[in-house]
Amino acid sequence: MIEVKHLTKAYKGRIVVDDLSFNVATGESVALWGPNGAGKTTVIRCILGLISHQGHITVAGFDTKRDSTAARSLIGYVPQEPALYGALTINETLALSCRLRNLSLDLVSETADLLNLAEPGRKRVADLSGGMRQRLAIGISLLADPLILLLDEPTSSLDLDTQRQTAALLQSLKRPGRAFVLTSHRVQEVEMLTDHVIALDAGRKVGECTSKAFTSTWGIQSWLNVTLPPHQAAPAQTRLEAAGYQSQQYGRGVLLQVSAKEKADALTFLHNARFDVLDFEVWR
Amino acid sequence: MTIRIVSFTGSNRTPPRNYPPVVIASKVIQEARRDWWFWTYAGGFALLAAAITVTATQHRTLTSSGGFGRALASLIALVQLVITLMSLTLGARQLSSERESKTLVFLLTHPVSRTQVLLGTFAGHVAAMSASVLLGFGVAGVFSALRGNPIDPGLLLRLTALSCLLVAATVAIGVLVSTLVQRGSAALGVAISVWFCMVFLGDLGLMGATVATQLPTETLFAAALLNPVEAFRLATVISLEGSLDALGPAGTYAVDTFGRGVAALAILVLGLWTAVPLALSVQVFQRRDQA
Repeated sequence: MIEVKHLTKAYKGRIVVDDLSFNVATGESVALWGPNGAGKTTVIRCILGLISHQGHITVAGFDTKRDSTAARSLIGYVPQEPALYGALTINETLALSCRLRNLSLDLVSETADLLNLAEPGRKRVADLSGGMRQRLAIGISLLADPLILLLDEPTSSLDLDTQRQTAALLQSLKRPGRAFVLTSHRVQEVEMLTDHVIALDAGRKVGECTSKAFTSTWGIQSWLNVTLPPHQAAPAQTRLEAAGYQSQQYGRGVLLQVSAKEKADALTFLHNARFDVLDFEVWR
Repeated sequence: MTIRIVSFTGSNRTPPRNYPPVVIASKVIQEARRDWWFWTYAGGFALLAAAITVTATQHRTLTSSGGFGRALASLIALVQLVITLMSLTLGARQLSSERESKTLVFLLTHPVSRTQVLLGTFAGHVAAMSASVLLGFGVAGVFSALRGNPIDPGLLLRLTALSCLLVAATVAIGVLVSTLVQRGSAALGVAISVWFCMVFLGDLGLMGATVATQLPTETLFAAALLNPVEAFRLATVISLEGSLDALGPAGTYAVDTFGRGVAALAILVLGLWTAVPLALSVQVFQRRDQA
């Protein structure tokens, strides 16, 4: 469905994607995984024909340099932070996308209904929350029932609750024949939404594996979200950092990056330091 | 907030036929209708047009029976100053601000070509600005009628049509600026500089050059035609049967040489000032990375 051959992209002499090749078969879900700056978003932009590049990309046989319009007609795209027209309402935005794709305007109300956007349909996009905007972006990407969904870190700008809801929504969109390409640095999302993982670093492919073997192959760590009384969050984070844990204040407590075997140790450390652990949750 | 898990199957309905430039132009008009800046510009133009008409029609004796009165002359000057500024800045703001706000990516991830996006944006702005011109001249026409000294509707229509040509040329130049300059604020600055050169420096520079270098009249005429604002002035004065004195030596030479065909020549120049910047914009827009 998607063939990327020797893709190279440089910005002002700095190579951000370096001789990358991979294929995505019909119905396959592939994650481009890597840290910020790995080149994930650049690959997506090249597939969409937004930026010039060296190498060849074909989407269902359409060369994205020569037939980028035909290639894009098969693609639904969900960006990291949806950039939509603030002055337009939800319904107007969906209608605009329908018109640009020559789709029936009946899809506006259908899509709004399906994504719980019917009630605020007359709200301007500028007045929507981040989660609602992302749902709208997902709705737009689905209007043409595309064969390919390109998801560029679709949950990274959302709060935790909305992240989980959006990931569940995206999972429900998988169907036979539809290919997914997801860029993410969130392990849970990669495992949940994809079958195959391509790891990128500094624009180069540094490995690939199935998503089942993902955590063991790459020694992935988990996130431990610990809920504490509000006044204890800052001192707890300071103590954890001093003890060598990578942590940050988060919500009503702290968020720590730990290996699978360290989870209990971190909780014991907090308990021994006389912090009142009210609750905890493990994210992967 | 809860999200229902959905099974999205899409639609198999017969698709309607929409032409992307028309869709994008409609979107630009829709946005303009809700844009505070656009209404400030349009309202300002309408107010000025009304004020000029009221002032010019105060003394009936100063409005010639030939139709090319003070009111029309003042409206032409107003178009040269205000409409040119509005069109240039709105044109220059569009693509660069879309690039900054990343809404350009929204458009370009749809199955539309870059040329279609650019032409749709151009057409939308020309339509919105032309509506603004119609509003202003409509107000001027109503006020002149209320003052008991109505401007000839035929002349007003011709002035409107010629003003729309100037709008098309200056929006095209604005769009070219927005394709060349990446940042919105910089594009706005360049657009204002271009406006200043076209409206003030062009005229003064030409006069200065004539005095300093004793430019032959035909060269002066050719140089005047290089400026779309001057071409507009030439076309309107000739088309509205105005006094040739208003055109200076270059205009008199043009009328002597080309007769009334000079209006057609000036309109052709305005057409070129639309087509050439648009063609250049398409070239630049297609080559540059847009994300």
